[in-house]
Amino acid sequence: MSLVITDLHAQLEDGTEILKGVSLEIPAGEVHAIMGPNGSGKSTLSKVIAGHEGYEVTSGTVTLDGEDILEMGIDERSRAGVFLAFQYPAEVPGVSNANFIRAALQARLPEGQELDAVAYYKELYAKMDLLEMDRKFTGRAVNEGFSGGEKKRNEILQMMMLDPSYCILDETDSGLDIDALKIVAKGVNAMRSESRGMLLITHYQRLLDYIKPDHVHVMAEGRIVKSGGADLALELEANGYDFLKEAATA
Amino acid sequence: MSNVLEQPLSILESSPETAADFPAWFRDRQAAAWSRFQDTPAPTRRDETWRFSSIKQLDFSGYSTAIEVPEDTGSLIERSQGLESRSARFIFVNDTLIEIESKLPEAVICLPLAEALLTHGDLVKEHFMQQETRLGSAKWAALHEAQLTNGLFVHVPDNVEVEGTIEVYHWIAGEKSAVFPHTLIVTGANAKVRVIDYFKSENEEDAGLCLAFNDLYAGPGSKLDYLAIQAVNENSKVLSINETGVARDATAKSFVLNVGASWARNESLSRLDGEGSRSDMLSVSIPARTQEYDQRTFQHHVSPGAYSDLLYKNTLYDKARTIFSGLIFVDEGAHRTDAYQTCRNLFMSSDAEANSMPGLEINADDVKCSHGSTSSQIADEEIFYLQARGIDPVRARQLIARGFSVEVIERLEDEKVEALVLGFVDEKFARIATGGA
Repeated sequence: MSLVITDLHAQLEDGTEILKGVSLEIPAGEVHAIMGPNGSGKSTLSKVIAGHEGYEVTSGTVTLDGEDILEMGIDERSRAGVFLAFQYPAEVPGVSNANFIRAALQARLPEGQELDAVAYYKELYAKMDLLEMDRKFTGRAVNEGFSGGEKKRNEILQMMMLDPSYCILDETDSGLDIDALKIVAKGVNAMRSESRGMLLITHYQRLLDYIKPDHVHVMAEGRIVKSGGADLALELEANGYDFLKEAATA
Repeated sequence: MSNVLEQPLSILESSPETAADFPAWFRDRQAAAWSRFQDTPAPTRRDETWRFSSIKQLDFSGYSTAIEVPEDTGSLIERSQGLESRSARFIFVNDTLIEIESKLPEAVICLPLAEALLTHGDLVKEHFMQQETRLGSAKWAALHEAQLTNGLFVHVPDNVEVEGTIEVYHWIAGEKSAVFPHTLIVTGANAKVRVIDYFKSENEEDAGLCLAFNDLYAGPGSKLDYLAIQAVNENSKVLSINETGVARDATAKSFVLNVGASWARNESLSRLDGEGSRSDMLSVSIPARTQEYDQRTFQHHVSPGAYSDLLYKNTLYDKARTIFSGLIFVDEGAHRTDAYQTCRNLFMSSDAEANSMPGLEINADDVKCSHGSTSSQIADEEIFYLQARGIDPVRARQLIARGFSVEVIERLEDEKVEALVLGFVDEKFARIATGGA
């Protein structure tokens, strides 16, 4: 059981190639981190897996437990078990957070079956408590007027509610103060399990102090250029990404 | 034996037959209105108040008030279900009263207009259609005045707060049936009331015509909420005229929902008569297929130190069309006016058309006014976000469109009333999802 990315190439509508052959396997039960400088293609990778229409996959495959997800629509991929926690979640005016998450859960039920509202709210409140989110967030419009930290917490809340088999967290630490980071990490760690794979995309090592990865990969110019254990993150933190330039000029 | 069916006389040809027991002044008013109707030229598209309008919709010949009320009114009563906690309910079919229930305090006068004319004639007279219709439909207001036979009169005396809501159903039944619903609400000092008018069709086919008028007087310090739910069938036309006067420290809130009709025109005028008065003018319209909604508004700041806030939102599907023309008018001397006007259009189709003409005329100093109109489509990033949570694109668009309307509906500030309105909105979206309107 794993999320397998094989030689993935993707470009923008204008033909600019962003992903230039990414290969990566995230087995269930493992937490992987991708680090890399700005513009290396980290966020693009997450959006391409989620199915963003701004990118065209020109070659390569992404499979989820053996099933090709590139053939699926955006919503199908989500229902199949992929979750992307956005770096910049969209605001959805007039749609309450509770109704939004409920619609997402309802979409996973067979036609004609109604979500049990009582059980739903019970679970929602329990997860919100864990993330130290005020109850007022259920009634507020999705992400509208939320602070950066509130938006990130809200992403983790959705992730917990939807219980996906593979989680991709795109720069979840950006814009978080240390207290918020700890809470978010608590939520993510609570979701670590033998049956779930996780991919953390981050620019800084800081997040990895709180969510310890099993494997760390370095991405540069649209490719994975280095892989290693959790120590690699510390090495990058100490020495920066300069080795990439050295590698390029060598 | 003749097989020629007798055609009922058109509302444009039949002079009013004021009921014999109505007061003389009312008879005179109806006769004068009939003359005025006949003398007033029909509007043309060159008139500023009818710019962008489909003037051909104003052909009201062939509609009649003589259409009989269906025998089985029980099912209509059954279908007149609004709020659970209502304080009164009136049900009219073709302007004929078929049901009254009321739990109102005795001090409140809440009567069919036909009865109020007999029992509280002077009170009705004092407030009955006292303003000049200035948003284009003077001719149709005259026709309404000449032809009306019933409606609702509400008078809430000083310091009486009505709990719950007064609900009024106006059913239109029969092909080419014309109705002239009239709602007159007067609140005394520090009184409070909410009234909902529902406009509905007995069936989905018969083409009806509804020429409605509502006249609201919010007395000093009072709170008056008025909602009009326009949900007639897709073959019917609606023209409704609202006039609201707001006295010192009073708050009036009017809300119009347009989900039905082939064509609907709403004219709404709010007059801020007293210092500290406030008027909220709200509307949600969701036209689909070839539906057309034409809305004209006027925020008239007569008094200094008053506040008005207009928010109209249109969600346009298919080949729908909307027209919004609004004017904030600040009289000389109406200093410290706060007035806002916003019309927003959400396009769910590239074939839809929205015309917006916001306007402002200020003749006083030290005022805060803004007006604006925006048109947009749902952003791709919003859809992507919802889809990335597993919601299919059709449902995602529907949720976002619903949210667009919710922002207005929330301003009703009453959960049960909001839920009621959302029920109509959801029903409309469900019809649109299956190719209807």
